[in-house]
Amino acid sequence: MNDVSLVLCGEAGQGIQTVEQLFINIVKKAGFNVFSTKEYMSRVRGGSNSTQIRISTEPVTAYINRINILVPLSEDAITHLGNRVSKKTIIIGEKNHIKNNKNIKGIEIPFSQYAKEIGNLVFSNTIAVGLLSALCSIDKKMVTEEVENYFSKKKKNLVKNNLLAVEKGYAVGKDLVKKRKALINISDPVRQHNDIVVNGTQAIGLGALAGGCNFISSYPMSPSTGVLTFLSQQQTNDFDIIVEQAEDEISAINMALGAWYAGARAMVTTSGGGYALMTESISLAGMIESPIVIHLAQRPAPATGLPTRTEQADLEHALYSSHGEFPKIIFAPGTLQDGFFLTQKAFNLADKYQVPVYILTDQYFVDSYYNIPPFKLQGISNKQYVVKMKKTYKRYEFTKNGISPRGIPGYGDGLVCVDSDEHDEEGRITESMTVRTRMVDKRLRKLKEITKEAIPPSLIGNSNYKTLIIGWGSTYHIIKEALTKISRKNISFLHFSQIYPLHRDTEKYLKKAQCTIMVENNATSQFSNLIKLHTGHEINYKILQYNGLPFSVEAVEKQIKKILQG
Amino acid sequence: MDSKVFTLESKDIAWCPGCGNYAILTTLKQVLAELKIPPQRLVVVSGIGQAAKIPQYFKTHYFNGLHGRALPPATGIKAANPHLTVIAESGDGDMYGEGGNHFIHTIRRNPDITNIIHNNMVYGLTKGQASPTSDFGFRTPVQINGVKMEPFNPIAVAIALDASFVARAFAGDSKQTKEILKAAITHKGYAVVDIFQPCVTFNKDNTYEWIKEHTYYLDASHDPTNRIEAFSKSLEHEKLPLGIFYIKKGKKTFEENLKIYKKNKKPLYQRQVNVSKVSHLITANK
Repeated sequence: MNDVSLVLCGEAGQGIQTVEQLFINIVKKAGFNVFSTKEYMSRVRGGSNSTQIRISTEPVTAYINRINILVPLSEDAITHLGNRVSKKTIIIGEKNHIKNNKNIKGIEIPFSQYAKEIGNLVFSNTIAVGLLSALCSIDKKMVTEEVENYFSKKKKNLVKNNLLAVEKGYAVGKDLVKKRKALINISDPVRQHNDIVVNGTQAIGLGALAGGCNFISSYPMSPSTGVLTFLSQQQTNDFDIIVEQAEDEISAINMALGAWYAGARAMVTTSGGGYALMTESISLAGMIESPIVIHLAQRPAPATGLPTRTEQADLEHALYSSHGEFPKIIFAPGTLQDGFFLTQKAFNLADKYQVPVYILTDQYFVDSYYNIPPFKLQGISNKQYVVKMKKTYKRYEFTKNGISPRGIPGYGDGLVCVDSDEHDEEGRITESMTVRTRMVDKRLRKLKEITKEAIPPSLIGNSNYKTLIIGWGSTYHIIKEALTKISRKNISFLHFSQIYPLHRDTEKYLKKAQCTIMVENNATSQFSNLIKLHTGHEINYKILQYNGLPFSVEAVEKQIKKILQG
Repeated sequence: MDSKVFTLESKDIAWCPGCGNYAILTTLKQVLAELKIPPQRLVVVSGIGQAAKIPQYFKTHYFNGLHGRALPPATGIKAANPHLTVIAESGDGDMYGEGGNHFIHTIRRNPDITNIIHNNMVYGLTKGQASPTSDFGFRTPVQINGVKMEPFNPIAVAIALDASFVARAFAGDSKQTKEILKAAITHKGYAVVDIFQPCVTFNKDNTYEWIKEHTYYLDASHDPTNRIEAFSKSLEHEKLPLGIFYIKKGKKTFEENLKIYKKNKKPLYQRQVNVSKVSHLITANK
């Protein structure tokens, strides 16, 4: 077994996240590949939350159903995970959390008793980290060093007892290994790699900084808040960034538009409901031709929906939400690399075309971690599109490609006049029908240019396919792993990280397939609809899920096989 | 500086003859000229409404945004470039109705901007419905039995929230309005100036004569640094006081509190992306 799936499940507030943070770093430092993701309830205490950590000698990047080792931290944990717990699952936990019966034979470890001996129940988590590290045969010295490192950053006085806790856990784990009770039979890692471990939130945040983002105004809303928090914390690292928590989402986006107007590179981060409040202002951006970057982290709706869960049902919302006709760009990162590079690119495209650019993610994407080589900054560039104005400057000068050079107040002698009313080249209100028509055409001409530089979909697999699986955004790794497991030469996967405007090759890819299968996390297959609208192609089969959870690799595999068997 | 620097060669003004907005426009241009603020350093931000059209009628940078949303972009503009003079100017419906939440929180945030509100106690652009400041009982084609809500008191709200500068003026008195606007624009911090501005078309109750009869100027005996006294003045309703109600001295502005301006005063557009710093941050996740 070179791919272990470990799940911790317990109540909110028990510290599962601490275990996740600490353990994935230990595992990575030991040279393994690691992936982790969480599903959690919209509550601060109680309930049942679970985190999956995959440890492997091969890269692991997707959510799976299988659980090899389960650490239940509450009485409801095993029930919560349902049929993901199989006879093969090794369960390690407190007696009352396992509730042994004829189907379940867990290994009882009195975590809380050990923790109390050290001084506090909270040390259970660190004991678990020690135990799991021992099961993976990770060098003890490395484990204790990481624990020391982690807690000394938080609170110095916590270090001593956590070291006691991790050593206790490690000893218990070693003992289990000796008795061959819960042995994780994983090969030694191949190499000590130089990778970083980040999640989607960090990839987006780092991409924003790399793209020159120096202003973020937002209103907290799960699962988008992480980006606001991440960027706010970079103020302490001396990044030139203004971070403001606005009174509401309307204020947030209008502040960001004001900031762009005066020369900032600004963004907002929000989720469906908050974005709904911003939509009038997106239309304002369309009219005044302001750049704006929107990170829209999707969660199940309508209305408040399932606040902490995942879905891909805001594609149409992002695309069609604002009144009037104007161009926009929508990216949907599939990998952490996409998250970083597309966000960096978003700031430049927003600036170049003076349009709204979206980074459409979801809870699964922002909350999933895995190791990747550090993002390389050598290839990226940040172009300065703002012009120094002459006295005769006209903000909305008619140009061939529709892009009018953008000036900002105080830079040069011209005046920057922008108006939400229809306006003439100088930005003054007009009701001239001729000017109106020319202005609409000018704004829409930009879409042609934008389409020319659209990111093509990526084809994974053989180019002589019969069946084409199609996906967009966060499902990338899940579908890819499912196809690896299906392992058939005539099935390939077409993934879109730009969903609007679509690249011109889209139709070509679809025409080549005898059968097309769409996989997306929504109920009405919004991307199928978009593809039909733009290419005329009717998708043959749709694999849809909208229960609030991401697809598992197994679920995609099973459903594709079912379709293939007809 | 001559106020002619603000004059546009061609202008087609959409206001009714006799509208109080004309007087405010003329006074504002004089104030800006006397304060030597050139059009190139001035940004006027407005929402939607008759008053919100004001930046259309003189030479300045402007951001004429959405209904009710003048204050957030004004805050963003001032934060991105604190060297600009930023005025948010709109009507009572825009600032106190549609934009009421931003009004409250801009007071708390205290950006160094001036907020001029043309208060005619009626909706002009949509033709004569009640506004948040319309008097109780004010009849309109929509409020057929008269307004059944108490009018919004912006002065009291601003003082209650400890706004850094709170004043009320009358468009019919250019001389006093000029002094009040000068004080507001030169004040460091968020300055609210509510200006009574008669609507000659849709408000036959609150006319020039009515305002003259129902107002008086705060005199030298009023101490604008006394918040309790200022609040008590703001609650008077038989005769409404005009002048500077309240000044909160020494309050730090939004921009002053921003970390990026502590050492470096350069506006955002003059700063470069520090790629090596980003690179360092990325590898910190090893």
